[in-house]
Amino acid sequence: MDSRTMRYVAAGVIFLASGQMLVPAQADEFDQADLDRWQQEYMSVVEQGEKLFHGGLGNRNTVSCDQCHPNGANTHPETYPKFQQQIGRVVVLGEMINWCIMNPLEGAALALDDSSMVALQAYIHQERRGRELAPGKH
Amino acid sequence: MSNYSRRNFLKTGGALLAASSLPISMVEMAFGKDSEQNFTFAYISDSHITQIKGNEFVRNWDRGLIRAVAEANLLDPRPDFVFYGGDIAQLGKPEEIDHGLEILGALRGDVHYVMGEHDYYVDLGEYWQKQLGPDHYSFNHKGVHFVVLNSILTHEEWMHRKWDSGMDRMKQMARLDNPDGQPFMVGDKQRSWLKADLDKVSKDTPVVVFSHSPLQKIYKGWNFWTDDAEQVQALLKPFDKVTVLYGHVHQIQTNQIGNISFHAAMATAWPWPYPSTYTQQTSYLPRLTVDMNRADPFFERDATGWQFINLHSGNVDVHYTLPDNEARVVAFDEKLGHPVDTKYQAVADRTSPQKHY
Repeated sequence: MDSRTMRYVAAGVIFLASGQMLVPAQADEFDQADLDRWQQEYMSVVEQGEKLFHGGLGNRNTVSCDQCHPNGANTHPETYPKFQQQIGRVVVLGEMINWCIMNPLEGAALALDDSSMVALQAYIHQERRGRELAPGKH
Repeated sequence: MSNYSRRNFLKTGGALLAASSLPISMVEMAFGKDSEQNFTFAYISDSHITQIKGNEFVRNWDRGLIRAVAEANLLDPRPDFVFYGGDIAQLGKPEEIDHGLEILGALRGDVHYVMGEHDYYVDLGEYWQKQLGPDHYSFNHKGVHFVVLNSILTHEEWMHRKWDSGMDRMKQMARLDNPDGQPFMVGDKQRSWLKADLDKVSKDTPVVVFSHSPLQKIYKGWNFWTDDAEQVQALLKPFDKVTVLYGHVHQIQTNQIGNISFHAAMATAWPWPYPSTYTQQTSYLPRLTVDMNRADPFFERDATGWQFINLHSGNVDVHYTLPDNEARVVAFDEKLGHPVDTKYQAVADRTSPQKHY
């Protein structure tokens, strides 16, 4: 066994050991209580996003996302990633959110993994739930 | 507008448009039966002037109104007056109303104002009325009976609830998609006034009604709605020709209900999506509407706009002007008995940007 193989074996042993410690039965067992909790976790972030979307971003000029996008309408989250013709390349939804934050809201862009950015996207997607994915659609 | 044909007027309008496309509404009233009666007026709406701090205001919204005023002042022939369709302010603050009126003060000629909910709910219209006078009134101008209504009232018990502050109440109403929102209404008192007012007008007089909210029911969730719309419509029913022009919705809408034609004005501030694009709820877009183009957010005045309106023998034609897009004409069709978009009414004739989803 060369050193690389030994590292893989060691990693496997650790994985199995930790797996057995945390999950007594099968690895992907979950019950309704788990589903409820996960949904609750998700909805709490949607609610946080709703607040941010409706004036909670703290941008100095006080303009809020909902002023142009009531209920997140006209944001088309299902069409991203897409070629954003005004930017001239394919972007993800978060980049368009940042464009809005920087321009009409005159605020500072968020990191794409910032908790506020995640929350804004959760709210926008939630308001558009049920729509078929249409990546690239303009 | 004597000695000035509609064609010339529109040519002038077109030249203005080429020079700069600005977000106001231009109204032309041309009476076929008596050209001496022809006249024009401009219609500006929904500026949402927003104070940031002290004398600092949101630039984008200021610019929309400043451009509209500049364009109205360039109109030739001069409009007889200007209508302002409501929502001067975003949060009804005296500073916002004053700043908006300062910009509007540059308008040449008389201006008539309609109350919007953003002007009203902080102090129940007290400051607005101190500056501008009554919130509902009527007047006659060259054979047309004009009526202005305050259509953004709501349930008394809600208005007079024990609020932390007037601003608390204002912010509830300012949020368009507020799940706890209250429906707009004209109310019993004003409807009694309207009835008495209209009783004095002969039924063949063209009537033009200005309201902030649509006097028809489109989508309650965003208050594209007036709760007692049917009762107001019933009072207007005995007249041969009635037109309702409204703001609030920040978009082109067209409808005909019986004898009443409905046209919405675009905002100087920002456009709103059509309610149908909010797919979690059902809405009822006025059936004759040909959607305006989807707004390009990278062009901040896009989908704001202005309109010419032309009144043929009591029926209104609206000439919408959209910056960056082709102008649109929604003209009353005598044969069909309702307004039609002269170019895009047939679904097959519509452009890709007119498809909202």
